[in-house]
Amino acid sequence: MKYQKRQNAIILLADGTIFYGKAVGNKQGTSFGEVCFNTGMTGYQEIFTDPSYYGQLMVTTNAHIGNYGTNADEIESDSIKIAGLICKNFSYDYSRDAADSSLETFLNDNNLLAISDVDTRALVSYIRDNGAMNAVISTDVDNVDELKKQLAEVPNMNGLELASKVSTDEPYYFGDENATYKVAALDIGIKKNILRNIAKRDVYIKVFPYNATFEELSNWNPDGYFLSNGPGDPEPLKEAQALAKEIIKRDLPLFGICLGHQVIAIANGVSTYKMHHGHRGINHPVKNLVTGKGEITSQNHGFAVNREEAESHPDLEVTHMHLNDHTVAGLAMKSKNCFSVQYHPEASPGPHDSSYLFDQFIENIKKSK
Amino acid sequence: MPKNSKLKSILIIGSGPIVIGQACEFDYSGSQALRSLREDGIETILINSNPATIMTDPSMADHVYLLPLNTKSLIKILKEHPQIDAVLPTMGGQTALNLCIEADEKGIWEDFGVEIIGVDIDAINITEDREQFRELMLKIGIPMAPQATATSYLKGKEIAQEFGFPLVIRASYTLGGAGASFVHKEEDFDELLTRGLEISPIHEVMIDKALIGWKEYELELLRDANDNVVIICSIENMDPMGIHTGDSITVAPAMTLSDRTYQRMRDMAIHMMRSIGDFAGGCNVQFAVSPDEKEDIIAIEINPRVSRSSALASKATGYPIAKIAAKLAIGYNLDELSNQITKSTSALFEPTLDYVIVKIPRWNFDKFEGSDRTLGLQMKSVGEVMGIGRSFQEALHKATQSLEIKRNGLGADGKENKNYDQIIEKLTYASWDRVFIIYDAIAKGIPLSRIHEITKIDMWFLKQYEELYLLQNEISTYTIDSIEKELLLEAKQKGYGDRQIAHMLGCLESQVYNKREALGINRVYKLVDTCAAEFKAQTPYYYSTFESDMETADGKRYADNESVVSDKKKVIVLGSGPNRIGQGIEFDYCCVHGVLAAAEVGYETIMINCNPETVSTDFDTADKLYFEPVFWEHIYDIIKHEKPEGVIVQLGGQTALKLAEKLSRYGIKILGTSFEALDLAEDRGLFSNLLKENNIPYPKFDIATTADEALAIADVLDFPILVRPSYVLGGQGMKIVINKAELEKHVVDLLSKMPDNKLLLDHYLDGAIEAEADAICDGEDVYIIGIMEHIEPCGIHSGDSNSTLPPFNLGDLVMQQIKDHTKKIALALNTVGLINIQFAIKDDTVFIIEANPRASRTVPFIAKAYGEPYVNYATKVMLGDKKLKDFNFNPKLEGYAIKQPVFSFNKFPNVNKKLGPEMKSTGESILFIDSLKDDAFYDLYSRRKMYLSK
Repeated sequence: MKYQKRQNAIILLADGTIFYGKAVGNKQGTSFGEVCFNTGMTGYQEIFTDPSYYGQLMVTTNAHIGNYGTNADEIESDSIKIAGLICKNFSYDYSRDAADSSLETFLNDNNLLAISDVDTRALVSYIRDNGAMNAVISTDVDNVDELKKQLAEVPNMNGLELASKVSTDEPYYFGDENATYKVAALDIGIKKNILRNIAKRDVYIKVFPYNATFEELSNWNPDGYFLSNGPGDPEPLKEAQALAKEIIKRDLPLFGICLGHQVIAIANGVSTYKMHHGHRGINHPVKNLVTGKGEITSQNHGFAVNREEAESHPDLEVTHMHLNDHTVAGLAMKSKNCFSVQYHPEASPGPHDSSYLFDQFIENIKKSK
Repeated sequence: MPKNSKLKSILIIGSGPIVIGQACEFDYSGSQALRSLREDGIETILINSNPATIMTDPSMADHVYLLPLNTKSLIKILKEHPQIDAVLPTMGGQTALNLCIEADEKGIWEDFGVEIIGVDIDAINITEDREQFRELMLKIGIPMAPQATATSYLKGKEIAQEFGFPLVIRASYTLGGAGASFVHKEEDFDELLTRGLEISPIHEVMIDKALIGWKEYELELLRDANDNVVIICSIENMDPMGIHTGDSITVAPAMTLSDRTYQRMRDMAIHMMRSIGDFAGGCNVQFAVSPDEKEDIIAIEINPRVSRSSALASKATGYPIAKIAAKLAIGYNLDELSNQITKSTSALFEPTLDYVIVKIPRWNFDKFEGSDRTLGLQMKSVGEVMGIGRSFQEALHKATQSLEIKRNGLGADGKENKNYDQIIEKLTYASWDRVFIIYDAIAKGIPLSRIHEITKIDMWFLKQYEELYLLQNEISTYTIDSIEKELLLEAKQKGYGDRQIAHMLGCLESQVYNKREALGINRVYKLVDTCAAEFKAQTPYYYSTFESDMETADGKRYADNESVVSDKKKVIVLGSGPNRIGQGIEFDYCCVHGVLAAAEVGYETIMINCNPETVSTDFDTADKLYFEPVFWEHIYDIIKHEKPEGVIVQLGGQTALKLAEKLSRYGIKILGTSFEALDLAEDRGLFSNLLKENNIPYPKFDIATTADEALAIADVLDFPILVRPSYVLGGQGMKIVINKAELEKHVVDLLSKMPDNKLLLDHYLDGAIEAEADAICDGEDVYIIGIMEHIEPCGIHSGDSNSTLPPFNLGDLVMQQIKDHTKKIALALNTVGLINIQFAIKDDTVFIIEANPRASRTVPFIAKAYGEPYVNYATKVMLGDKKLKDFNFNPKLEGYAIKQPVFSFNKFPNVNKKLGPEMKSTGESILFIDSLKDDAFYDLYSRRKMYLSK
């Protein structure tokens, strides 16, 4: 073993601010995306493979990343979805019997650029104060002007449709086909653990591509419908909104998570907006306004539902509230069998406090049967 | 549910004197709880017999009772305060819980209509009774290690056969782990089983399957009355199962747990807390995780109260557990409270860290000659330090630099162990030096796999050690002139001290410092904010690190520093570092009062300390807290950054005082007594000249630097002779010798441990009475705050003596001499602030043993006994804000206050309990008596010469 010298790398923000670091594994390259941060202390592999993070340069705030390697079972989609990783200390060596490779190998297999030794705390404070913005990470440290030019070409996340980039091309099935219930799930960036959580409640699932129509879903005769999480702005997802309207019109059991929750809000005529720097972490406090109980939740969203509009909507009830900034964390329709949450009850990563929501979905399905 | 408005008056039970396993973390939690309750307008009544605590300050509670922790005292308090609505017993450790249970069993709470809040008795009983706890856990589906109870030798053998080895045998109903042992091999079993059965008063032992090598974790939980539960912190023990968590090197957050396993553990912890009862408050749960691919989790124990780990977790995360736990106990729900750090977000959340903390225990085996120094099932450390860094390596280095055991960090200080056999031996039997030996083993070329095989320490930690060693090797190929910025920055980021880097480069520490300054490698300060910078924090709780640069759009390049310096006049108070015998909580009491006094007179106060158990490191204490090693490099950088008016060194014990010389050399102002005066008092030759000039008697003495000199001196002085090294604490290395053979042996021994030390040889005044005086001096006037007389004869360390305030049998002539000498010495030394002088009295003549121009162990005791804020006054004098004549002294004490030392010998069964000039007690208590006819005094007095059997 010998001391390893690492190559320089930078992160350049759209406003011209630069943070210095080192390239992980001496890999060369440049990668663009919107910079965002996740405050979770565990679950990096789940985060990197979560389709909701598509196109984002991920800053992990935990001091060390990669300590326990990676494990083929602990992924949320088939590949890494983030556009690049920015971290403080990168563990080239890992320790876990259940792991099958190091994080470095996993990143290389997915051809992902990562930079370490960045003052991530200063970067996070900067994003907190100045908002999420586009950025580039690169080992081409002597070519800042050229990077700036290229960065200017990258489209803004606001109004950006990304679901089509991560959705399945063809429908597929998940779970036991002899299960009691059938749920049709729209994949606008679905995480595997959502499928696992629904399927283990005696449900057989058919997953449809982002642009599937109500007819396509209903032809399978499902007992319930599910709108998944996913990346980007919910506004351009016209097909998904139309689908939600059809399901709601017929009062069929419907559950939405994250992007799916936003789509349901828009289907009800409630607008969404891009947040200053979003919620990304596994320690977010939510209060269930129906039961009065708190729950610690896993969150990952850069857009949110307009609270005034939701509260004044005659047919909507705000069921959950984020305790830190009082944004809308959950909605239910008063006269329809439809509810949704902004956060991630499937966890992975994160606490399991909210898994009751899947039970509630099954109860709703039973009620309507 | 909002606050329970029925609760208007609450009794809090403290933890009593400090013993191993229950230290000043409970002063921190109790103080926080008191403040928290008062914020809500609740009347607070406190009982605690420990006078050295902040919590027993008159300003902390509405009524403070410095009484023995027993039900008699409780009844007295409850009679005097029939308005007490509830008792909060979870802030005072096991002592408080036990007293609460005893009172409950006797029906005292019921008689006085007092509700128990913060815990329920059933919960305590379940968690204390291994058998009941085990049944409950199995019922709710939480796995535990196989365990069975044996009441006979035969039954024990059967159990062993079933479980296989290794095993743990614990004798039932014994205290402090007596009779507990590991059994690794079958051939040892018979003897250890028999011993366990014999030690147990009910002839019963518990036999556990030992989970040796399993990874060990702790979670800190809070629950409110609405059954919301949050995890405040996860702590990973670097030392796996087998070493008591109090003696383990621990790390937060957990470093080697995947989300899947962590969340499983989190679910189990919540489930366990909910299962043991219905209470609102804090809770600590310990787990073991199998180090294989199954990652099985087994519950070890649950403590339904604030603990040592929760104090650590509070300092590690910034989330004030005791403060919030107190609010939950009076009926608040978590979602009704705000995050105390951000002030803008909710208290119902789980802190997230963007740094790492490492806790290393501090042991005092040197005080317990002949003790078993191996770490195991029973806690043996007396204090702890915490290092905060932006990486595990940096935090580890900072923790080692905080220990004050004359090491500069890991490796590169010329003190490495290079003996292969010794290294293997020390890896096998962990002791105080484990943290260093791992580094030495790597340096020696012992493969990591072998180190792992012996220690079972997770490979991730060992790899981190190895990275450090590789970096050291790389740096060693450079010189001070050839080393590049990047490499030097990396060394600093990984926590290496300038001294260590100088050692690697073969240059001076100052050259490294100058080089970094030239290259712009500067310490920056980051906030502990509970939220990884997601929200703006309001609380000035800082740690240092070294960061890569950022550059603004207009080309300004710098490393981001979050500690903004104000333009107010500032003062830095140096803390006392880890608790150890001879320097404990008393000095934290003094530091905290120094801070508060300086704030009163308009200073911005800055605290530097590295002890996570204390009130001084509560972010609510000073205007700015730097949680940093009390180590030159760190202090100097803070001083350069903050530019204070001066530094207060006389409140933080020897730790702070030792830095006076260097501060003075660097032209930094020492507030109060100058370095020269401090040094003069410590230099026996100069000090004796001063005494001679002032006509003050002192025992005949001389100074030796070799055994030869010592033997020659002995001819002049006559035996018995008291031998002691210079610049030590708590009488370290002090011994009374009666002949030349003994003298030679001790001198040789001391000089091998402390080369170049000047040894002081005093003629020992046999049969003398010992007394001490504490005083405040402003340079012109002297005010004696108290004179105490030791009940035991001269020769026993003042910290180990029972003593009375005021003296019980010193005549007017003697008292007058004590007063005159104290005043003369304080003025002659140009004291500004506190001074403590120790006397030996023989044949009505008062001899001076020593003078220490600084806060002493007895100052808090005297302040409590007289009800006067002496440290506050002394600090204002040091700052030059007040003169003695500005104060209106009004001490109130009817009868006598007796200071009683408390020992932790039960943790060291094989140790000689003989007392002598070297201090061995870990804590003290105060007892008020009306007159000398009191049985308590009579008892102590009659036993005064039986100290051998203590």
